[in-house]
Amino acid sequence: MSELIANSQQLTAEIWRLLEEVTDPEVPVLSILDLGIVRVVRVEGEQVTVTITPTYSGCPAMNTIATDIRLRLLAEGYTKLTINTQLSPAWTTDWMTAAGREKLEAYGIAPPIDGTASGHVLNLFGKETAVLCPLCKSEHTHLVSQFGSTACKALYQCDDCREPFDYFKCHS
Amino acid sequence: MEDAMQFAPSENPALATYSPEVRQQLFRFVLQLADTSLILGHRLSEWCGHGPILEQDLAMANIALDLLGETRSLYQYAAELEGQGRTEDDLAYLRSATEYRNPLLVEQPNGDFADTVVRQFLFDNFHYHFLKQLVNNADERLAAIAEKSLKEATYHLKWSSEWVIRLGDGTEESHRRVEKSIAELWRFSGELTIPTALEKELQTIGLIPEYADIQASMTAHAERVMEEASLVIPQQVFMLTGGKDGRHTEHLGYILTELQYMQRTYPGMTW
Repeated sequence: MSELIANSQQLTAEIWRLLEEVTDPEVPVLSILDLGIVRVVRVEGEQVTVTITPTYSGCPAMNTIATDIRLRLLAEGYTKLTINTQLSPAWTTDWMTAAGREKLEAYGIAPPIDGTASGHVLNLFGKETAVLCPLCKSEHTHLVSQFGSTACKALYQCDDCREPFDYFKCHS
Repeated sequence: MEDAMQFAPSENPALATYSPEVRQQLFRFVLQLADTSLILGHRLSEWCGHGPILEQDLAMANIALDLLGETRSLYQYAAELEGQGRTEDDLAYLRSATEYRNPLLVEQPNGDFADTVVRQFLFDNFHYHFLKQLVNNADERLAAIAEKSLKEATYHLKWSSEWVIRLGDGTEESHRRVEKSIAELWRFSGELTIPTALEKELQTIGLIPEYADIQASMTAHAERVMEEASLVIPQQVFMLTGGKDGRHTEHLGYILTELQYMQRTYPGMTW
């Protein structure tokens, strides 16, 4: 029995390691672990269950991510797979790893700044989050739109180098 | 590509405890919520490529996508509640206009940008306050869907409120246009919080929030925005209802004709 448990713990660790290789199709520098969307990995005998949570409810990347997880695990010989979705507790950018934030910035997307989520407060025409330009590191930037190229990003522009850039919205 | 379409069993605890009657009532209500998000999301998606400026074109497409995401979670739950083997696609693509249960407001045409902004503002003001109550709902799946959607609905209400203010407090032209949209669309806002027989029954057994509890916050927000926008809330408006009971304006048929075209023409097609 204890051998079985030890074996399943080892398998669970192995699966977490494989999930590190599955990336976000829209921000390919980020793994799904960097994003913080993998909630549970469970191994029971041959049955492997991976539970993920969506970043935004309409995010079209979720289907692709689920398929990519399946393909990655199938390639290593895991055939009894279940991939579940869990909505609650809702995903927050607080779950994004420090490594993920660095990768985002190097990729040209300003990482989320913790504690700046407006939450459920309606801060009409409120002061916008000061975001550092990921290209020239200037502090002189402004929000162009809360809605950017994907659901998780807002559109900013740098007032110094004039480049428009994406900001990964703080969401909590 | 059916992965991740399956909900974790932990998100279904109450399902087994409902009587067949309650289950049927909840099915009809969840369907109503799903229809509402789908039709408004579809309307907004009609703007894609036609927005007044690129950033607002993107904003409307983003809001449409959020609503579509909410729609899918709701249809999936409705299909489970019904338990007759129908899928989310069957529910969206193979029901007729009289079977749709969305309120009349969300099927109204896009009109000009002011019409779309006012329609969105009236809906968002309800949606946001309704979801805030729904996150504490006794049905845990509905609560989980609400928790997810509330974060998004907050961005939506901020967007539409700010645009009502910009248009109302903007130029003479924008003020004139948004005033006209308000005169036209306000009569559809009452239906959102006038409970139907079904909603009253579900409210009585405590399975959905009482609309009376959110009315005060909705009114307070509307007053604040309209005042900042230099606009006046229309008084003594006769509110049009019927959509939540399947009696629609002529517009819904045209929407469904386009939305359901592929499945009606090539039944069961997938890609």
